Parts: sequence; C-alpha cells; structure tokens
Amino acid sequence: MSSRTETFYEVMRRQGLSRRSFLKFCGLTSVALGLGPAWAPRIAEALETKPRIPVIWLHGLECTCCTESFIRSAHPLVKDVVLSMISLDYDDTIMAAAGHQAEAILEEVRETHKGEYILAVEGNPPLKDGGVYCLPGGRPFVDKLTEMAADARAVIAWGSCASWGCVQAAKPNPTQATPVHQVVTDKPVIKVPGCPPIAEVMTGVLTYMLTFERLPQLDRHGRPKMFYAQRIHDKCYRRPHFDAGQYVESWDDEGARKGYCLYKMGCKGPTTYNACSTVGWNEGVSFPIQSGHGCIGCSEDAFWDKGPFYERLTSLEPLAAEGTADTVGATLAALAGGAVAAHAGVSIVKTAADKRDRRNARAAAQAEADRAARARPPADGSDRTDT
Amino acid sequence: MTIHTGRDIHAADVTPEDASIERTSIYVYEAPLRVWHWVTAVTITVLVVTGFFIGTPLPSVPGEASDSALMGTIRFIHFTAGYVLAIAWLLRIYWAVVGNHHSRQLFKLPFWRRDYWGGVLWEASWYAFMRTEPKKYVGHNPLAQFVMFTVFTLGMFFMIITGFALYAEGTGLDSWQYWLFGWVFDIFPNSQSVHTWHHLGMWAFVIYTILHVYAAVREDIMSRQSMISTMISGERMFKDNRDD
Ligand code: HEM
Ligand code: SF4
Ligand code: SF4
Repeated sequence: MSSRTETFYEVMRRQGLSRRSFLKFCGLTSVALGLGPAWAPRIAEALETKPRIPVIWLHGLECTCCTESFIRSAHPLVKDVVLSMISLDYDDTIMAAAGHQAEAILEEVRETHKGEYILAVEGNPPLKDGGVYCLPGGRPFVDKLTEMAADARAVIAWGSCASWGCVQAAKPNPTQATPVHQVVTDKPVIKVPGCPPIAEVMTGVLTYMLTFERLPQLDRHGRPKMFYAQRIHDKCYRRPHFDAGQYVESWDDEGARKGYCLYKMGCKGPTTYNACSTVGWNEGVSFPIQSGHGCIGCSEDAFWDKGPFYERLTSLEPLAAEGTADTVGATLAALAGGAVAAHAGVSIVKTAADKRDRRNARAAAQAEADRAARARPPADGSDRTDT
Repeated sequence: MTIHTGRDIHAADVTPEDASIERTSIYVYEAPLRVWHWVTAVTITVLVVTGFFIGTPLPSVPGEASDSALMGTIRFIHFTAGYVLAIAWLLRIYWAVVGNHHSRQLFKLPFWRRDYWGGVLWEASWYAFMRTEPKKYVGHNPLAQFVMFTVFTLGMFFMIITGFALYAEGTGLDSWQYWLFGWVFDIFPNSQSVHTWHHLGMWAFVIYTILHVYAAVREDIMSRQSMISTMISGERMFKDNRDD
C-alpha cells in the first residue's frame, strides 16, 4: 500500500479537499477539542508532515448506530476529512472493497503498519459457544478482534456495545456478549460510549489521536476526559429547576410545558457521563432532555438493567417484582416494626406471668410455712419478728 | 453482699419490708463517646429524612426557579450532615484507640471465640423468652455486639464511602473526594448502582434504629442494668448485686 509514506494532507488532497477546507477543518477541530483556535496551525502542521496512520474499523455484534452517527458529523467537512483518514483501509460498512479482497486488506495493514495502526471497534464479541453468534467473514469475531488488536497501537471502543456490552449484554446476556476491554487486555482501550456516541465526540477523539499521536487523557474507565468528565446533570440547562425543586410530575403536565426538571420522570442525567448537554445532537440542534425526554443513561454500563427508564429508582427485580430500594426497605422496616411490637407484647405478658408465678410461689411457700408453724408451736412461746 | 433494711434509709414513710440492695455502678461510656453517640443519632435521623427526599422529591414548588432552592437546600443539609457524621466517625475511631476498653467493643467481633458465640446463643434464648432472668453485662451483651458490628459499624463505613463517592461526582474528577473514594466506581461503573446501594443502606439504618431503640428501652426495663441513662451519664448501674 502506497499510503505508508503519504501524509494525512496528501491523502486529503488526493480525495479532492481544497487547502482552504483543510485549514477550516483544523480550526474547527482544535476548538472542538477544547484547545482553542491558537492550536489550529499545530494541527495543520501535524497533518501536513506526519505520515498517515491507518485506522481499521471492525464491526462485531452491533446495530451500526455508531457508524450512522459518525457519518452525520455536524460539519460535513469534518466527516469528509476524517473519512478520508480512515476509510481507505478497512470498514465493513463503508469501504469499497468486498469479500476476500476486503479481508486481504486486514492482513496487509497488519503487516505493513505493525504496531502503528489504530483499531476502532464497533460492537463486541459474543463469547458463548466459541463465538459462533457473530461470524463476520465466516470466522468468530472474537478471533478477528484479538488478532487485529495484537498488532495495533491502541484500540478505540466505539459506543456502548464495545465499551460496556449494551443491549446484547443486558440480562440474561444469552450470547455472552463481552465488552472489548475484557477481551483485549494488553493494549490501551479508549472507550467512547453512547448509544450511539455523539458524532463530534467520535471525530474529536479520532482526530486528537491521529494528529497528536498520543492518547487523550482518560478517566478511570478509559473514557476521554474532554468529553466524559462530567455528567449530563452537571451541565443540564434544566438544572436550576432541579435545585429549585420543580419537576415534571407526569407527561404533558404544566411542569412539562414549562420545561421543568425530568428527575421524577426517571431522567438518568445525574448518573450519566456524556457530552450531550454541552455538545448536543444533530449539529448541536438539541438533545433528549431539550426535547422533553429524560436521559436514559445510554453511555453508562449496563444501562438497560438499571431501569425502568421512566422511574427515578432502579427496580430490584428479580428480588422484588416491580420493586425499588424503597419497596424492599419499607417492607423490611414494617416487618421489623411489627416484630418489635409483637416482641414487646409478649415481653409484657411474660413478665406479668413470671411475676404472678413468683408471687404464687411465695404465697404457697408462706402458706406452707404457716401450716408448719401452726402444727408445731414455738417452744419459747414468743413470736418471731424478723424473717 | 451487704443487705440493708429499709430502716437505714431514714425516710419518713419507710416500712421494715422496704429492703434495699446496695447499688453499684461502673463508669463505662466516657464523655467523648457519649457526645459522639448523640451527635450520630441526630445526624443519622437528618440523613435518613433528607436522603429519602433526595430519592423521592417533594411535590413541585410553584413560581420562578430563582425564587426557591428546595432540593438544593435538602441536598445541602444532607451533605453537611454527611460531613458531620463522617468527621464524628473518624473521631470515634480515634477514641477507640485512646479510650477505655469499652470504647473498642464496637469495632470488634470475636469471630473465632467459641464462648463468644455461646454468649450470642444464650442472649438469643433470653430474647426468645426461654429464660426467666437475663445475665448482667458491663458492656454490650454478645448479641448486641454482633448486631452493632455487622449492621452499624460496617454500615457506617458503607454509607460514608458510598456517600462520599456520590458526592465526588459533583465535585469532579480532580477533587480530593474523587481521589479518595473514586475506587467505588471500579466496583460499580454505573453510579446509578451506587445510588441504589446507598439507598438500601438507608433502610438498613432505619431497621437498625428500630431494633436498637427497642432493645435499649426493653433492656432498660427488663435487664439487670441501666441502659438509656448510661448513655447520658456514662455510669452503668446494676439493679442487684447477685452473681450471675
Ligand atoms: C446513615 C447515613 C446516610 C443515609 C441514611 C443516607 C441516605 C441517602 C439516600 C436515601 C439518598 C438518596 C439515594 C438515591 O436514591 O439517589 C442519598 C443520596 C446521597 N447521599 Fe446520603 N446518606 C447517608 C450518608 C451520606 C454521607 C456520609 C454522605 C457524604 C457526604 C452522603 C452523600 C450523599 C450524596 C452525594 C447523595 C446523592 C445526592 C444526589 O443525587 O443529588 N450521604 N443519601
Ligand atoms: S433533567 Fe435530568 S439531567 Fe437535567 S437537571 Fe433534571 S435530572 Fe438533571
Ligand atoms: S441524553 Fe443520555 S440517553 Fe440521551 S443520548 Fe445523551 S447520554 Fe444517551
């Protein structure tokens, strides 16, 4: 492959991008990454001088929503640029090559760019029964994944499937769908969760890695801090209503019309790390909460099992059918209260009975003593005063 | 064993039958421990009430958002009480080191001692109404110690750790709270689970409080030593001085 010596810039020019578009892209990207416009020339320089790093984009068990999101990146320019950076090599859904020809590319990149290429993974490998529940190219996906990861420089886990498991890993996870970081343990895995992740977040992360040739700063779960350091709740424009105590109590009530906080309607914004409330969706037009629906926590681990989506408290099924921490707790507390009351009742009765028994025993003993005394009068004829 | 008759009391209405037994008392709970007990009782009550309303907020407040801060205030009280609880708990741990030997009982479970479990069983039989007279204890009885250690002591660590982990989500990844308690999210990557566990912990404390208050009142009446006044004066008084 000739791309080994080409720079990013050369590839883009070959794809028909003008110099002007290229510089615009550099400006946009540096701002999106939070670096400020001053960094644009440095990004431009990097792209002009650095040999292009190939990106291999694999698809496992998934729905392709990440790709759908990615190709709708806010600025068409960003999409074009980033696609020209990556699409030449391998991406099942959007590459031109097909069949054996396509599979051959994998081998080629693996050899010519050993230890250099970035492996982007959409979806995850199901491990059950030798991985037969996902067979791209007729082979278990888990094999393809581990092989390609072995010579990659780093792995990007696109979306919640690759990052956490998502819907196919929801209980009872019949195919044993397993997130990428649990299969690839010897390479850095960058999680970009979301169902799907926001397009600008995806292009941002990719551009950062390609231009600066280093991993973005990650949090403890391997998510880029620049997009995942804060919760939806921390930057939500409805937050003042949360703090004031103004909630939507039911769909289409007065509060819903006034744009109150969706906490009581099960909004998972307080436990969801993502950039929706800052970057927004569809070119920043809106995001779920802005259109009146709570966050369902789509970028979080096992969010399918932390529902219901429309309840604040997580259901503790199967421990309690339809029950939450409050149902379970209140039931146990009521049982404890009842047990205490019953125990107190028995204690009172038993104490009274014990007392009566003792009194009766004393009386019986006294009567016995009296009888004995009458039967055998004292020899000195005087009464005993103390007992 | 000195038994005084009522005559020695010198009260006007005393009768010869008013036999009295010399009462003995032992200083068990030192002042810092007693203060800690009541501070904790109050803060836990506050935390349970405010915590409940964080999970299930009150009905919506009308008017402009800028005019009220109901949830903000409830959360502020919860977090303040959380700090008081945690700091008091640290001081309590310090006191377990420097205080008398009773101050250490809360942190110990003599798991490997056979006679300890015998004591637990004996005390359980007293609660199951199988005994006419309880035993005397200077500190906590073995059953009480078991419940206090497993529910209260471990529960305190659990609530403080999960509470501060949740708090760290607000103060951010660079805060000392996150630095100290962020590992909780290695166990529960989705903090919704931490909320659920913290919430269940609240109910554990509610149930603990029901049992604790009941047992204290009952023992105060039915056992052979004082209970409630002991946590006020520190003196454990015995109602008789017969041997066990
Ligand atoms: C016995 C002690 C405590 C009890 C009974 C308690 C109870 C609760 C309850 C029931 C909730 C609501 C959980 C939910 O459903 O989301 C809560 C939330 C919370 N608690 Fe506690 N808590 C205790 C101690 C603490 C401590 C020591 C801290 C540390 C500062 C703390 C900090 C928090 C935080 C940060 C939240 C989340 C608030 C939010 O989501 O807005 N708690 N607590
Ligand atoms: S709508 Fe959701 S994210 Fe926004 S303030 Fe309310 S609970 Fe938080
Ligand atoms: S608001 Fe929540 S559920 Fe919606 S896309 Fe963002 S993270 Fe996912």
